[in-house]
Amino acid sequence: MDQLLHQILAGLATGSIYASVALALVMIHQATHLLNFAQGEMAMFSTYIAWALINAGVPYWGAFVLTVGFAFVLGAAIQRLILQQIRGTSVMPLVSVFIGLLFILNSVAGWIFTYTIKVFPSPFPSEPPFGQHYVSAHELGATAVTLAVLIALWAFFRFTSLGLAMRAVAQNPNSSRLVGIRVGRMLALGWGLAAAIGAIAGMMVAPTVYLDPNMMSGILLYAFAAALIGGIDSPGGAVFGGFLVGVLENVLGAYVVGNELKLVVALVLIIGVLLVKPSGLFGRVQVSRV
Amino acid sequence: MSSAARGAPLLEVSDLHAAYGSTRVLHGISFSLAQGSITTLLGANGAGKTTTLRALCAMVRPQGVITFGGQRIERLATEDIVRRGIAHVPDGRGTFVHLTTEENLRLGAYVRSDKAQIAADVERIYGYFPRLKERRQQQAGTLSGGEQQMLAVSRALMLRPKLLLLDEPSFGLAPLIVRELFNILGAINRSEGVSMLLVEQNAAMALDLADQAYLIETGRIVLSGNADEIKRNDAVRASYLGY
Repeated sequence: MDQLLHQILAGLATGSIYASVALALVMIHQATHLLNFAQGEMAMFSTYIAWALINAGVPYWGAFVLTVGFAFVLGAAIQRLILQQIRGTSVMPLVSVFIGLLFILNSVAGWIFTYTIKVFPSPFPSEPPFGQHYVSAHELGATAVTLAVLIALWAFFRFTSLGLAMRAVAQNPNSSRLVGIRVGRMLALGWGLAAAIGAIAGMMVAPTVYLDPNMMSGILLYAFAAALIGGIDSPGGAVFGGFLVGVLENVLGAYVVGNELKLVVALVLIIGVLLVKPSGLFGRVQVSRV
Repeated sequence: MSSAARGAPLLEVSDLHAAYGSTRVLHGISFSLAQGSITTLLGANGAGKTTTLRALCAMVRPQGVITFGGQRIERLATEDIVRRGIAHVPDGRGTFVHLTTEENLRLGAYVRSDKAQIAADVERIYGYFPRLKERRQQQAGTLSGGEQQMLAVSRALMLRPKLLLLDEPSFGLAPLIVRELFNILGAINRSEGVSMLLVEQNAAMALDLADQAYLIETGRIVLSGNADEIKRNDAVRASYLGY
């Protein structure tokens, strides 16, 4: 029983990472109607920037803030300099860009920082807090950080007029222009925010999985599963899906399939959702007139 | 009422051309709209009425000269034309269907920064359209067609526009609701001085509301005059009014 509780709590901790990346995927999906395959590599690359800053002597939280800023600029620049330039509505050019970015960021990171696995520091103490032994201080701290980010984002989208404008652009760019919203800027802002969320997830997960250019590939797969379970057009659903996938992965890994087959859980979930309920738990069924 | 009595033109369009790809739709349209007036563009399906409105707010690239409030606007982007005070109630209503009624209204005032005044305007709109107040927290996509049309007009009014472009506000609505909507448009024009450019298939209703009218056929203006004259024109009566 103790063991199960431990697995569930650890699952919630990794789930918060999946939830963040899944939310970033949903945000980009709302703007482009595609999954951004490069989301994980953008987070990985940002985490390397944090690592370089910390190695250069910048205090952890200073490096954290600078990295979030870097990721924001990276995301916004990708939107403005690349995606904005692609005219038309066909899918293939965008997919090619996403896959291209994945490989470019991966190899550039390997080229600059080498493929040697690096230790990434945690800002939290190494002793489990509150005299319990279920969760480590890092798991608890990382969950708190990602939860704080998710709540802040929710408040931003729910209560600010900028957040409202971003939601409007995701739904109806033409009507948004007609009320005076600068659609291009909102899209760049969305990309910046999504990249920043990913960077935070990367920095929070790196102490556990260690830093290397491929560290996000598995996480991205779980995040895909989370976003699909929640419903690809539902930010709240993606967050819920993230926590659910985290717990399922841990519990099934410990008791059912074993550690080696953990990643298969993600794939089975993805295929299962697509077969049984393609719109996800909280998604809208897509209907279009023909 | 003649347009001269209403003062200087707010909008002047001369030799306006527009095309979708290689399909030319407008072949040199010229008209003007007096400050504070309601002007209607009449014409059959495909004549170019909707395209004219779209060209005015740069949703299709206009060629020609468009002067609004004494300034050229034909090269501006849609977002900047909106900031000059032109609000568009588009064809198909343009509702943000997954947002609430009230969020739709707040978006209408997106370019304004006077928070207290915006809140007052929301209440004023609810005064015109009490049904919207009942549905303020409801997803706009669940509103009826008539309610969505009222919401589209209201969203445009939240800009506090100088000029309101209305693209077939009667489309798909029951006659009683059309009458109610047109009465409110008339009241808003009189009490707030909002100028309106109204595109309509329902020529009888439009001519009752409007001061000036232009008739468009295949991308050209073929007839213009004040609304009462146009209403008495035999060709218009036969083709558009049906009596």
